[in-house]
Amino acid sequence: MPRPHLYLLLGLLAAYGVSYFSDRIDPYHLDILIGVGINIILAVSLNLVNGYTGQFSLGHAGFMSVGAYLAAAVSLFLGPKLLGEEGGTAFQQGLMFLAALTAGGLGAAVAGLAVGIPSLRLKGDYLALVTLGFGEIIRVIFQNVEFLGGALGLNGIPAYTSIFWVMAFVALSVFTVTSLVHSTYGRGFLATHDDEVASEAVGLNTTRYKIVAFVIGAFFAGAAGGLYGHFKMTITPTGFDFTKSIEIVVMVILGGMGNTIGVILAAILLTLLPEVLRPIAEYRMIIYSLLLIVLMIMRPQGLFNFKFGKTKL
Amino acid sequence: MSEFLQQLLNGLSLGAIYALIALGYTMVYGVLRFINFAHSDVFMVGAFIGYYLGKLVPENTVWGGLVVLIVAMLGCAVLGMVIERLAYRPLRGAATLNVLITAIGVSLLLEYSGQVFFGATPRTFPAVFPSVNFTLGSLVISSNQVVVIVVTALLMVGLQFIVYRTKIGTAMRAVSLNPKAAQLVGVNNDIVISFTFGLGSALAAAGGILYALNYPSIDPLMGVMPGLKAFVAAVLGGIGNIPGAALGGLLLGTVETFVNGSQWSTYKDAIAFAILIIILLFRPAGLLGRATVEKV
Repeated sequence: MPRPHLYLLLGLLAAYGVSYFSDRIDPYHLDILIGVGINIILAVSLNLVNGYTGQFSLGHAGFMSVGAYLAAAVSLFLGPKLLGEEGGTAFQQGLMFLAALTAGGLGAAVAGLAVGIPSLRLKGDYLALVTLGFGEIIRVIFQNVEFLGGALGLNGIPAYTSIFWVMAFVALSVFTVTSLVHSTYGRGFLATHDDEVASEAVGLNTTRYKIVAFVIGAFFAGAAGGLYGHFKMTITPTGFDFTKSIEIVVMVILGGMGNTIGVILAAILLTLLPEVLRPIAEYRMIIYSLLLIVLMIMRPQGLFNFKFGKTKL
Repeated sequence: MSEFLQQLLNGLSLGAIYALIALGYTMVYGVLRFINFAHSDVFMVGAFIGYYLGKLVPENTVWGGLVVLIVAMLGCAVLGMVIERLAYRPLRGAATLNVLITAIGVSLLLEYSGQVFFGATPRTFPAVFPSVNFTLGSLVISSNQVVVIVVTALLMVGLQFIVYRTKIGTAMRAVSLNPKAAQLVGVNNDIVISFTFGLGSALAAAGGILYALNYPSIDPLMGVMPGLKAFVAAVLGGIGNIPGAALGGLLLGTVETFVNGSQWSTYKDAIAFAILIIILLFRPAGLLGRATVEKV
């Protein structure tokens, strides 16, 4: 069995194992753990776009919101019809949740395709702005759709998210991204990142690679959004604004773009840090922004990138 | 008809402000080829300088308003140069992505420092210029709209003069055309870039004051939306192109005002981005820009 597959299996087993003992874990710690997991999914999926493929997306929270709303809508509006008044057995609920998350992920992926096709022909700055603009458009649309709660958002989403689901999706996202990047096909992402003109000269369709990265990244962002919605039980359009996107971007940059382990460490650190630094919570974003500037000037390859020699971004 | 004219007037005065901000984006893009994300926050700082200064000068006088305007412009020019010196100059020649990330960092730093120092709650901007309403037939023209249009027009003429009739303006155009060649013929690129940042930031400050006069509720995040829209305006006109930025600003302000007056008013924030996406798809060089081919 290839190693990534083995790790996926181990990850799923670990998810099952931890969920078995989850009753004995302090609920506060369990909540933090779930938060960490959701952020890892977001950061790892964004790393495929911003890190490995070298495109700069600022709209990850937008995709997350598409997934969150779609998944919540499936469990809220479809769930009672399929599961009946009683709410069904735990197994049925699990299947329902899986369907909701998949729907959320696929919805976000479709959104990713719709945004990606026009905007990925653009470079750097423009792409960043178009993805940012897209995130804002999504927010404005959700604020105006009465069916989805308008500006008040959706409430009373069933609390399906458990540590098992989060860990399973963490394992799945890390598996997908690493095995994709290390596959023969996936070398194209790195080539697109390194030199777009040269890649095209050797016959790679760079636009296609960018779109594939974008769509896969959006799928996991959507799934993470679904997990988030069923964890917080309430979602509002403003919860997925520009700040959320920036938070994910900071994780990717701090970890080192194109370095999955580093990004996971950064996601853990940046989720735990606000918990520890509650007394100075109002300075959190100042610290983030200073981190971005100082890192770019002093250590552009990221904090957790320990590769020796010259690292090219 | 009169309603149409009224909306057109409102649109033009909003568009004039967008144009002022867009000029800063376009000039910095012209010399450095990157989007200065922090520009919209310099706009915000300009409004806040006006807020604190507006309490010191007598209200409702033309000279008091002008003092506020000029001091805010000078203050922001210095701020713009400091930002360039500390954050962007160490990255001269670095990958575009790194500069872009730094710019986002600077923008967030200004926004959230603003929330800590100025407080996150919106403030009411003092009425520094005298405020009267003129009526022209059924048309209502507020003096603030007149101030906006007159100040913008004067600043644009001044900018045109600086860029085309002065030595430093010639140097700016040279750096924009080819930085290395400019250096070879004796242009000091650092000074030119610093000056460009100062000039752009001063225009942003003027935009901030004028915006706050018309929408007198200011907070540290007030720059985000106008900043993004001004950027769209710069792209619409053709980024790096000064008349383009002015045209784009006026067009965008007018379109937005008409949307705001229609049944689609709740979508007014989305319209700018829709325009951005359409323009990038069909005419990425903008209305007045010329398409360039990337050289390897």
